[in-house]
This record gives sequence, C-alpha cells and structure tokens, in this order.
Amino acid sequence: MQVTNETIDRLAHLARLEFEKGEKDKIREDLQKILGFVDKLNELDTEGVEPMIFVAEGHNVLREDVVKVDITHEQALKNAPKKDSDYFRVPKVIKK
Amino acid sequence: MKRYTAYSDFRRDLETGKVTCVQAVEHYLNQIESQQDLNAFLEVWADEARAKAAEQDALIQSGKAGRLAGMVIALKDNICYAGHNVSASSKILQGFESLYSATVTERLLAEGAIFIGRTNCDEFAMGASNENSAFGLVRNAIDKERVPGGSSGGSAVAVQGDMCLAALGSDTGGSIRQPAAFTGTVGYKPTYGTISRYGLLAYASSFDQIGPITRSVEDAALLTEVMAGMDEFDATMFQEPAPELKLETGKKYKIAYLKEAIERDGIHPELSAGMKNLIAELERQGHTLTPVEFPYLDYLVPCYYVLTTAEASSNLSRYQGLMYGYRSPDAVDLESTFKKSRSQGFGPEVQRRIMLGTFVLSEGYYDAYYTKGQKVRQFITDKTQDILANHDFILLPTTPDIAFKIGEKASNPVAMYLADIFTVQANITGMPAVSVPGAGTIEGMPWGVQVMADRKKDSELLSFAHELLEQNQNA
Repeated sequence: MQVTNETIDRLAHLARLEFEKGEKDKIREDLQKILGFVDKLNELDTEGVEPMIFVAEGHNVLREDVVKVDITHEQALKNAPKKDSDYFRVPKVIKK
Repeated sequence: MKRYTAYSDFRRDLETGKVTCVQAVEHYLNQIESQQDLNAFLEVWADEARAKAAEQDALIQSGKAGRLAGMVIALKDNICYAGHNVSASSKILQGFESLYSATVTERLLAEGAIFIGRTNCDEFAMGASNENSAFGLVRNAIDKERVPGGSSGGSAVAVQGDMCLAALGSDTGGSIRQPAAFTGTVGYKPTYGTISRYGLLAYASSFDQIGPITRSVEDAALLTEVMAGMDEFDATMFQEPAPELKLETGKKYKIAYLKEAIERDGIHPELSAGMKNLIAELERQGHTLTPVEFPYLDYLVPCYYVLTTAEASSNLSRYQGLMYGYRSPDAVDLESTFKKSRSQGFGPEVQRRIMLGTFVLSEGYYDAYYTKGQKVRQFITDKTQDILANHDFILLPTTPDIAFKIGEKASNPVAMYLADIFTVQANITGMPAVSVPGAGTIEGMPWGVQVMADRKKDSELLSFAHELLEQNQNA
C-alpha cells in the first residue's frame, strides 16, 4: 500500500487534523513505515477465526434508568475555553 | 524515615508509634524536592497531603484506620481526582480540572490512602520511554542519561526514587511493566476487567487496565484488592466481587517459557543469560519448566498497533476544543476549531497514532486491517490459552533490553514500538502479567522478569511473583 499526499490529506480531514508542508512528508514516511510493519499480519492464516470483540464480559450490563444530577450547569462550563454565563462560546458556525 | 518496601512494615511502625503519617508525607515531599531534575511529578499536592496525613494519624490513634491508612501514593496523570488537574501529559488538556474522581481514586481514598501528586507520563499513555510528554521527559534515577520507560515513567521513577510508597499506572501494551523493569520496581497489570476504568483517560479501551507500581508484590496485591471489583460505571468488567489476592508460598508450579523470547536477536546477552540462570534455579527448586513453541511473537506488536490506534482515533475524537481543553487562537469557524486545536494540542506521536487508527477504520481498509487485527487477536489468545491449559504460567523477560539512552529510539517509531514486544501479549489476550526485578544488574541497570497467567489467575500469579522477587533479591 502506497501512502501518498492525497492519502494523508484524506485521513487528516477524517481525523480533523492538519499538517503543514514539512510535517506532511514526515507523517507520510512514518505511516508508510508503520503500514509496512503491520502488513505482517497478512502472513498469518486466520481462516475460520472469529474476530475478537469482547475481552472480559461479552454481554450487555444494564441498569435502571434513574434521573439524577451528576454535575451542575456551572461545573459543566468550568473547563470551557470560552463561555458566557450560560453557554459554551464557539466561533461562528453558519456562514453568511 | 527509612525506605519502606511494603505497606505492612510501615503500618506496623505506625501502630507502634515509631513513625507517623505526617512524618511519612514530609519525607516523601523532601524526596520529591531533592529529585526534581528527574521530572517525575507534574504537580505535587503538598498541603493537601499534609492535611490528610494528620487526619490519618488521628484515625490510627482512635483505632478506626482503613486498610491503607497513610499509604502515600502518586497518581499517573491520566487518572481523575475530582477538583484536581489531569492532563494525560498533553497540551490539549493543560489546565483541565477534573469534575469526577476515578473509581480507583475513590476506593483508595476511602481506605485512607494519601495522594501526593500526579506523575508525568507519555502523552495519552502513548510511548515506551516517557519522551512523549508535553511537559518534558522523565529521567531514570539510576542513570539520568537513560529513559525510565513508559508510558507510566513518572510513576515508576516516583517509586524508584522513594518519592512515595506506591504509584498507579495504566497498562495498554506494557506501560506499567516496562517502566517497572527499567526502574527496578514491581509492575502489575491485572486481568482485563478486574479494575474499573471509570475515570481513566481512555487510550484503547479494550486494552487499557489500571494497575500498581510498587516495591513489593505484597503491596501490588493489597492495592489491587482495594481497587478491584465491579463498578456500575464500567460495563466491560467482570460482574463479580473483587477477587481475594492471597499470597500462598511453597507451591510447585508448571511453568512454560518461550525459547524465542530468550534467544532471539536483539536480546541483551546478559539478559538472556539471566533468564537461563533463573530457569535452572526454578528447576532446582522443584518447579517444572518446559520450553514451548510460540512462533507468533512477530505478530504481537503489529496486532497491537492496528487495534489500539483504531480505538485511540475514536477515543481521542472528544478532544476538539469546544467544551473543554485547548482551543487554538487561530480558530475562525467550526472546522478550523477542530483541526487547529487538535493539531496544535496533540503531540506528534498522538497524531501519528490517530492517523494510523483513522486509516485502519477507513472505508476500503476496515476489513483488511481492523477486522484482520481482531482475528489475529483471537488467534493469539487461543494459542496462548493452549499453552496455559497445560501450564500455570508463561515466563519471559519483560523487555528485550535494559533501559535505553534518552534519544536513542526517539526518531524511529517502529524501533520504539518493539520495546513492547514481550508485554503486549497480556493486553492482546486480556491476561494478567507482572514484572519483578531480575537477579543482579546489567551494566548497572535493573532488568525485569515477567510472569503471565490465564485470565482470573491473578492470585496464583502474584503468589509466584512474590516468591520470585524474594529469590531474585537474595540471589
């Protein structure tokens, strides 16, 4: 699998990351190297093996749906990078 | 104050008035202060620890003290403690204050533990050298030019340097055991599902497990007993009460060892010799040791990277600069808020793993990489269980080499990943594993012996590790 600049751009967008010009070469080379490394898995015959999904308990653990207050409005806003008294403030979302 | 290796010793001295919790806290604070150059702690909670120590001394006096009264513990900087900062050593969470306590934090506090501070680690627990922290690297106390291992490097050095009696770490691919091996401490990863992950900043949820770094196996068992057992906030746990971890002595065990793990290229020759001596010694003591074939070592780390990066790319999507954490000053709209905050907030290794994880989960590659990784995970688990059907344990080195030099592997991600070659198997399979210091030193540095058991065999595992450690210390 050849990792191109287009691959990096596509993945970066999906991951909501961006790479400057010089950084892009580095991440492309790193990914190429790491993919070469993990491609080794294809040598292993896993025909008939089920994918492992659960490590401990493989079933749902349900509880009663109880209404309770875990954190207050004020606490929820506590770590916000930008806020007013009631809301998280974010840059404008809708373009004019 | 003397250097205690086990809480039971300290507790005896507390009860007989030879030492107080206040004295212990002062001792550890002095130790932290005089070893600041190691950069083990990101924050020290001195005043709070002093106040708690006075409370615990009073409880000892009145006979109402809990199981861990006055035990001074450091928390890895990815475990939440309400009202305290937690950052996973990342700029993206700089200044973030936790609203919740992790289940482990609550349970330890309830038994009288005193948290002295939060320890440096690789960013989001991604690394094997503690060089990936946004707040500077951590140095090994024995040789400051060497790494302490990672990702729980700060926790390991805090225990190594007597800056606390014990520390908590988290282990996704070896992040407790590998730094324990590099620092001459005991590192234990319990069976997956034993300890609640609630309040642990997630890296790869189906691999992550909290565990202790200590100076004795006894303390590893004690802390785990207190932390373990079902929790309504973690549905992936075993739905049963905490196991009793009684250390039994004098038993004879059937132990498998992997020849490939002792003689392969890249293993330090003295480490290989140390393992061979250990095997001969265990045989002399009446244990049965059998070499077994396991021709899959080279698949372990690739399997680990495909699956953990996939889980990480999903887990770390929550850091987006909106409701908490770092927001880029260059953000002008929603998309640039996400992209610029994440690109400026995450370090290079975290971004590398998010990119790989995004790739393996992306359209067209999901089956070839992610599903294949899950199948290999099952395959490896089956093959490991085949060995453990006929043996109590698998014995192997914790790492192929002693602590490497700072900068030695920093530019080559694949070389760094291979530092985990012997530790990832326990995370892939969900099995418990413990690293204890091997006999003697290599080039003046400690090395680790690792023992792995089948799921839920933690009690047997720690019993054996306890004897192994005593024997190595007397060798």
